[in-house]
Amino acid sequence: MRRSIVSRFAGFAATFGVAAVSLLQGAPALAQAPAATAPGATVAPDTMIGAPVPWGIDLQRAGGPLKDAIHDFNVLVLWIIVAITIFVGALLAYVVWRFRASANPVPSRTSHHTLLEVAWTVVPVLILIVIAIPSFRLIYYQDRTRDAELTISVTGRQWYWHYAYPDHDNFAYDSYPVQTADLKPGQRRLLEVDEPLVVPVGKNIRILTSGQDVIHSFFVPSLGVQKYTIPGRTMETWMRADKVGTFYGQCNQICGENHWFMPIVVKAVPQAEFDAWVAGAKQRFAADAGAPADGQALVAELRR
Amino acid sequence: MATASHTHDTHGHGDHGHHDHTPGFVARWFFSTNHKDIGILYLIFAVAAAFVGIGLSLLMRIELQSPGMQIFASGQAWNVAVTAHGVVMVFYVVMPALIGGFGNYFLPIMIGAPDMAFPRLNNISFWLLVPALLLTVGSLFVGGAGTGWTLYPPLSNSTYQAGMGPDMALFGLHLAGASSILGAANFITTVFNMRAPGMTLHKMPLFVWSMLVTAFLLLLSVPVLGGAITMLITDRNFGTAFFDPAGGGDPVLFQHLFWFFGHPEVYIMILPAFGIISHVLSTFSRKPIFGYLGMAYAMVAIGVVGFVVWAHHMFTSGISVDTRAYFMAATMVIAVPTGIKIFSWIATMWGGSISFKTPMLFAIGFIFLFTMGGVTGVKLANAGVDTILHNTYYVIAHFHYVLSLGAVFGIYAGFYYWIGKMSGKQYPEKWGQIHFWLTFIGVNLTFFPMHFLGAQGMPRRYPDYPDAFAGWNLIASLGSYISVASFLVFIYVCWRTFTSKEVAAANPWGEGATTLEWQVSSPPPFHTFDELPRIR
Repeated sequence: MRRSIVSRFAGFAATFGVAAVSLLQGAPALAQAPAATAPGATVAPDTMIGAPVPWGIDLQRAGGPLKDAIHDFNVLVLWIIVAITIFVGALLAYVVWRFRASANPVPSRTSHHTLLEVAWTVVPVLILIVIAIPSFRLIYYQDRTRDAELTISVTGRQWYWHYAYPDHDNFAYDSYPVQTADLKPGQRRLLEVDEPLVVPVGKNIRILTSGQDVIHSFFVPSLGVQKYTIPGRTMETWMRADKVGTFYGQCNQICGENHWFMPIVVKAVPQAEFDAWVAGAKQRFAADAGAPADGQALVAELRR
Repeated sequence: MATASHTHDTHGHGDHGHHDHTPGFVARWFFSTNHKDIGILYLIFAVAAAFVGIGLSLLMRIELQSPGMQIFASGQAWNVAVTAHGVVMVFYVVMPALIGGFGNYFLPIMIGAPDMAFPRLNNISFWLLVPALLLTVGSLFVGGAGTGWTLYPPLSNSTYQAGMGPDMALFGLHLAGASSILGAANFITTVFNMRAPGMTLHKMPLFVWSMLVTAFLLLLSVPVLGGAITMLITDRNFGTAFFDPAGGGDPVLFQHLFWFFGHPEVYIMILPAFGIISHVLSTFSRKPIFGYLGMAYAMVAIGVVGFVVWAHHMFTSGISVDTRAYFMAATMVIAVPTGIKIFSWIATMWGGSISFKTPMLFAIGFIFLFTMGGVTGVKLANAGVDTILHNTYYVIAHFHYVLSLGAVFGIYAGFYYWIGKMSGKQYPEKWGQIHFWLTFIGVNLTFFPMHFLGAQGMPRRYPDYPDAFAGWNLIASLGSYISVASFLVFIYVCWRTFTSKEVAAANPWGEGATTLEWQVSSPPPFHTFDELPRIR
């Protein structure tokens, strides 16, 4: 009992210390490197499902560092805008009550107050600066991964997804939605696919999007990633799943008849399982003809 | 705001109203060159188009009320409906009501001008809109355009949207755009050349300021839309490849052109509402507007900055991270002049003697709801969060709060404020209040849950959705039925007003109503001023 109190205190002290240090640093660092685990430690990664929930009012649960960073920023902005809305609402309510004609029959003629006008110009500027600083940090963090451990090429097509793994002999496959009639018990209507996008957990994954017919958008909310797939262009983003699990997304740019039935499923698995899946996938799926076989070459091309 | 007064002899109300060379019916309503008659035509046009726009939204909410395909035959039919809803509401309801309707009717009166600078241009501006709407509605019967109102190619090119529908919709936009450009030139000329003696720019009522800024936005942005859709039409029909990468074109070029128009366009829709709200608040608080110069130049600032923020609609279109950083910062800057307006409106009411007539209810509702829409805009401006909110229902909630609850509340505030002036008959106050509360409850119930749907990641332009989204969609649909009912109440209010025996006084609102339109009879005579008013 006593030890647990001590350890709780130690935990508190450690948390406090970390908080103090991060305050001194100005803000929490947004590191792209996965959290280090002690050598030899066997960590059973959490598992999760990244999907909308009935009557949900908040962002989907975070499955990776990008989404964690978005959550932190979102909380900041959300509280600020809630406070502003309540402030304006309260002011309005007070004015409506206090200055109704029956309570205040003789109106004032005041129409200027320089200090007040300066204040409501400067204060919003300050609030915006408070928002902007972490916001800039977030977009540069989100932009691309410096040390990708895997590159995946994503192509949106009417109306399915096409994935290629240039680091692994460029095998490629299509990911089609599962029709409602073919759903197995417990599967989610309009969200399941026949061949999910399989990725190793805890690894920074470079996503290269390109288009073929019309514009689609590769959108997985719980991993905090979205990028259009535009014909004639290749664009880069990145993601990482820190939890083993299934992360659902949907095409998010109007693309015709079946825009609404073009789900994305990202399945994050431990590295060993991923390696086994790759070995099998190389057998099952042919290499994408004509595409560069080397992910780095593709990126070099992109950055020219 | 300038304390404008009419210095020559007080008009006997209506004593020379309708016998000063009023033309016959056909000449008056079809060949009209009178700004007031053209304003009335615009308002009738907007209400007629609103039946189409609201009808489409009702169909959409019925479809979305529960999971599964309910009433739409296909995804394409759905896409056509959402596109038409957007185009009709933007180009044929909100713009004609605010700019063509109230702008035409009241801008010349407020600056003491006998009419618009170019009365015949004014006539063609209106009559271009009629074929434009007919083309847009007609396109629904030949397949329509299932592209979204943003018309992004390649989806909008002839490979993916075959048939005449998209071409008709594009020509409709061309005509509406021409109408807007001509109207804008007319407004600018009128404001700069036709002000009565003594009406300096810094004495102009804020509604005139709002129309002036709006007209500049139209004049500078609509031609860019014209260029973009012309290239789209030639891509579709004449084998060019402006937006086709296979021919050396670029789909993202279209997005830049479209949003260079599209972002100023949203300010075009809201600025005139800003002007109306200022007048209503001042009138019913019996106080001059607070911080008049700040209010006027805040609108100018919004107009200027509104031109350099367009790519915040394209954060996921592959623009570089430095570009995203710029557009993010520029977009957030707009919150500052907007905040000046919100707080100046509240300060206008502060210390006032407020009476809660229907226009005032809509104006107060506007302030609160526009604030809500504004702050979600600040959130969306941040590219980091927009990564997961872009194209979701969060965006739908945001822009319906500023437009469907902002611009539309502005239209209703203007309607109740001025209908007595325009028709000579006063609206029934009780039914006006019922209309306000029904609308307020309906639209909030419709659009507030959409924030939740968007946060949960529901993409827009979906006729069917994963079952987890069912709950809030049901609430939103129920809210939309209340909103539609409130529109029917509005139609009933119109009917009661026009059949009313109650004659509106020249100034039914008392000492708070200081602008020139309250100095002339209700309705104003066919030729508003026999001699130019003098402003002191």
